[in-house]
Amino acid sequence: MRAARVLLRPVGFAGFGLLTVVLLVAVFGPVLWDGRATVIDTGDLLAGPSGEHWIGTDNLGRDLFFRVLVATRLSITLALAATAIGMVLGVVLGAAPMLTGRRVARFITSAVNVLVAFPGLLLVLFFAVVFGVGARGAALAVGLAGAPAFARLCHTLLSGVSERDYIAAARIAGVSKFRILVRHALPNIAEPLIVNATMAAGGVLLTFSGLSFLGLGVQAPSYDWGKLMQDGLNGIYVHPLAALGPGIAVVLAGLAFNLTGEAFAAAFGIDVIPGVARVRAVRGAAGESAGPAVAAPDPEPGTVLSVDGLRVTIPGARRPIHAVRGVTFAIRDGEAVGVVGESGSGKSVTALAVARLIEEPVRVDANHLVFAGEDLMAADDPASLRKRLGTSLVVVFQDPMTSFNPAHRVGPQLAEVGRFHQGLGRRAAFARAVDRLHAVKLREPERRARQYPFEFSGGMRQRAMIGMGLMGTPRLIIADEPTTALDVTVQRQVLALLGEVRGDTGAALLLISHDVSVVTEVCDRVLVMYAGLIVEELPARDLGTLARHPYTRALVAAVPDMETDLTRPLAVIPGTPVDPSDVPAGCAFAARCPLADDHCRAVEPPLQADAAGNRVACHKAGWPLPADSAEVTV
Amino acid sequence: MSLLSFRGVSVRYGSHTVLKDVSLDVAGGEVVGLVGESGSGKSTLARAAVGLAPVTTGEILLDGRPVPNRGRARPVQMVFQDPYSSLDPRMTVGESIAEAMRERLGKEARRAEIARLLALVHLDASRADDLPVRLSGGQRQRVALARALAARPEVILADEITSALDVSVQGAVLNLVRDMRRELGLSMLFISHNLAVVRYVADHVAVLYAGEIVEYGPTARVLGAPQHDYTRHLLAALPGAVRRTSSGNGRPAPTSALKEQT
Repeated sequence: MRAARVLLRPVGFAGFGLLTVVLLVAVFGPVLWDGRATVIDTGDLLAGPSGEHWIGTDNLGRDLFFRVLVATRLSITLALAATAIGMVLGVVLGAAPMLTGRRVARFITSAVNVLVAFPGLLLVLFFAVVFGVGARGAALAVGLAGAPAFARLCHTLLSGVSERDYIAAARIAGVSKFRILVRHALPNIAEPLIVNATMAAGGVLLTFSGLSFLGLGVQAPSYDWGKLMQDGLNGIYVHPLAALGPGIAVVLAGLAFNLTGEAFAAAFGIDVIPGVARVRAVRGAAGESAGPAVAAPDPEPGTVLSVDGLRVTIPGARRPIHAVRGVTFAIRDGEAVGVVGESGSGKSVTALAVARLIEEPVRVDANHLVFAGEDLMAADDPASLRKRLGTSLVVVFQDPMTSFNPAHRVGPQLAEVGRFHQGLGRRAAFARAVDRLHAVKLREPERRARQYPFEFSGGMRQRAMIGMGLMGTPRLIIADEPTTALDVTVQRQVLALLGEVRGDTGAALLLISHDVSVVTEVCDRVLVMYAGLIVEELPARDLGTLARHPYTRALVAAVPDMETDLTRPLAVIPGTPVDPSDVPAGCAFAARCPLADDHCRAVEPPLQADAAGNRVACHKAGWPLPADSAEVTV
Repeated sequence: MSLLSFRGVSVRYGSHTVLKDVSLDVAGGEVVGLVGESGSGKSTLARAAVGLAPVTTGEILLDGRPVPNRGRARPVQMVFQDPYSSLDPRMTVGESIAEAMRERLGKEARRAEIARLLALVHLDASRADDLPVRLSGGQRQRVALARALAARPEVILADEITSALDVSVQGAVLNLVRDMRRELGLSMLFISHNLAVVRYVADHVAVLYAGEIVEYGPTARVLGAPQHDYTRHLLAALPGAVRRTSSGNGRPAPTSALKEQT
C-alpha cells in the first residue's frame, strides 16, 4: 500500500520508471547488444553521429550508442557494490558502539567523526592509490570513502532508537546486546538507512565515473560510462556526443536513484501522522460553505464566543476523519467553560478550530463562529484574521516547551506581540514584556526576560505563555490541557494564576482537559464531548452528582480520587472510543453503554436543553445504571 | 515472597545528585507507592534497580543478594510509562512477550505460555499475532505487563504506568494491578505522581522530594495524617482539596454518588 502511494506521486513515478529502465538495460543490455558493441568496423573509425551509429563510433569503429547501453551493467554493478561496501561497513562501524564497552565505543565514534570531516573525494583518491588502479580497487575506495557518512548516520539513528523504552525493556528482560541490535534496533532504522543508501548510490555512480574518467577506475578492455567519457574526451570538439552520450547516461541513472530515494523519503515522512494523507483541493469548498450565505446572527449581548454547527474534517488516506461533527455552544463574558472527554473525542480540535489555528488540508465548517462580534468564518486569509483577532484571543498550549521558539530569548518573544499587534517600539514593547512577566508572578522578570526558554522550568514557561497572552487585553483564553505536563503543585499555581488573570481582565476561559477534577474546580460550566459531539452540558459543580448521560457518569466514576472506595474495583468504560473515520449510526456511545437498546443503536439522540439550560444527548438520560456496570472490564 | 531492598542508594551524574542516600524496602506481596514531583528521582530509583541507571553508592538487594543485572534470569522487571514507546513496533505482541521468557520453549509450549500470560492481563490469545499498531493504549499497557510477567519476576517496578492512558482506561489498568497482586502475590514498586491512584493500589507510600525520602508509612496514615510539610503541600495541591478542607468531608464523592444510583 505504501509502495503504491510512492508510485502515485509524480516524483516516485518518474524515479521508479527510470530506475526500472536502467536496471533492465543493466541486466539485459550485454545479452542483447554485446555483439553490436564489440563489432570492429575499420572503415568507420571515430565517426560522428549517423543513421547507422547514433552517437558515432570509437577509435576501433565500435558503435558508441550500444557501448553506452552495454556499459550500464558494469557501471551500475560497480556503483551498487561500492554502495553496499560503504553501507555494510558503515552499519558495522555505526552499530559497534552499541556492542562494545564505553571506551572502545568512544574511540570508534571519534574516529568516524574525524573521517566524516575529511573531504570525500580526497578519501577516494587516497584509497584508490592504496588499493591500486582497477575496477576492484576503485570499488573498495569509493565504498570505504562512503562508509564514515553511513556510520555517522547509523550511529545517530541508533542513538535515537536506543532511547526508546522497548530497548530498555529488552535489556531488563536479559536479551543480549547483539540480539537487541539485530531484532530491535536495526529493523527500526532500516527505512531511513535504505532511503539514504538509494540516494547515495546516485552519488557513488558519479564518483565512480569520475574515477574511471581519471583513469583510476575501470581499465581497458572493460569499459564503464566513465571510461567511455574518457575515450570520447579526445574528440570532444569534433564529436561532442561521443563524450556527452555516456555523460547523459550517468545523469539519467543518477536521477533514477535520487528520485526514487526522494520519493521513499517523502512517503516515509508522511507516515509520521498515520493515515492522514496530504490531500489538496478542499480549499474552495471550505470557502464557499463558510461564506456569508448564512448571515451571522447577532449573538446575545454579553456573549464573547458563539459557535454554531462547527465541523472539522480531516482528509484521511481511505475516508475522511470527522473529528468534530457539529458542535454548538456559547461562552459569556468572563465565564469559564470546561471541555472534557477521552482522547479522540474532538475536544482539542474544537479549541483549535475556534482559534482558527487549523490549516489546510483540514477543513473547518460552521454555520457561524462569532468571536467578540467578528465572524471568524468570513473567508479571509489567516494572516489578516490573526491581526484582527489581535490580542483579544489567547491560546495556551499543553507543552510550554514547544510553544516558545527555543532560539530566542523569552522577553523579545513577548515583546514581538506588542510590536506586531500594538505597534509599540522596541524598547516600549520590551518594557511591557517585563511588566507582563511580573504580572504572571515570575520573580526577577528583568533577568528572566533575557533568558532562553530552556532556562525556564515547565511551570515558568507556562506562566510566560500566559504572560504573552496578557500583552494585550484578552477577552477569551483558550487553554488546551495547560497543566497536564506539570506537577500537581505547579499545576495548582498555574490554575490559580489563570483564575487571577480572569479576575483582573474579565476574560472568559475555554479550558480543555481530560482531568475531570481540574475542570470541576476551575470552571462554571462543562461541555462533555464524545466522538466529535457535545453529549452533555451542565454546571461544573453538578458534574459529580447530577450528570445524566451515561458517558459523563462513567467518566466521573472511572477516576479514583481521595475518597474512592478501596474495597471495590474502579468503574471502567468498556470497549474502545469510536473510530472518527467510521462513526456508527445512532448514538455513538451505544456500543459501550450499559443502557443502550435497539432504538439507541438506530436513532442518533438530539442534544436537548432542559428548563435550566442544561443539555444532554441521550435517549435514556438519567436512567439508573445497571448494578454490575462497575464490574465490566475492557 | 521476596524482599527488594534499597540500602543507602545514591545516584550522581557528574556533580548533579539525583538520589541521596535512599533506603526503601518492598516486602513480599506488598505494593509500595512512590510519589513525588518530576525531577524528584522517582524513575531513577526504579531504573537503578534494573541496571538502567548507575548506582554511585549504596546497594540494591533482592532477598539479601544484589539484583542480577546479567544473564537470562531477571527477577526484577519494569513496566514503563509510555505504552507507545515500550513495545517494538515491528514485533508482534507474541514475539515481544516470548522474548522476555527465561528459557527457550518449543513452538507449542511457547504459544501456550503466551496465551496464559495474555489471559492474565485479560487479553484474548488471538492478540498474540497483532502488531502494536493494532492495539489501543490500554491494551498496549496490558501487553507490557504481560511481557514483564513473562520473565517470572518476583518484583515489578511500575513507572507511571497509567499516566499516559485515557481516564476511561486508567481504571481498568489499576483494577488489573490489584487483581494481579491478589492472584500472583507480586511485590510492586508503584511510581506515580497521582496521589489518588497511589492511594488506590498501594499498602505503603514513600514520598520522594529532591532525591530524598521525606516520609514513609502505611498509605492511610501518610495520606490521611501527613507528618512532613512537603506531603501536606502535595495533598493541598490536589484539585478539589480546597473544597474538601473548607467543607470538611462533606463534598459528595462522585463515585459514591454513582454507586447510590446503581
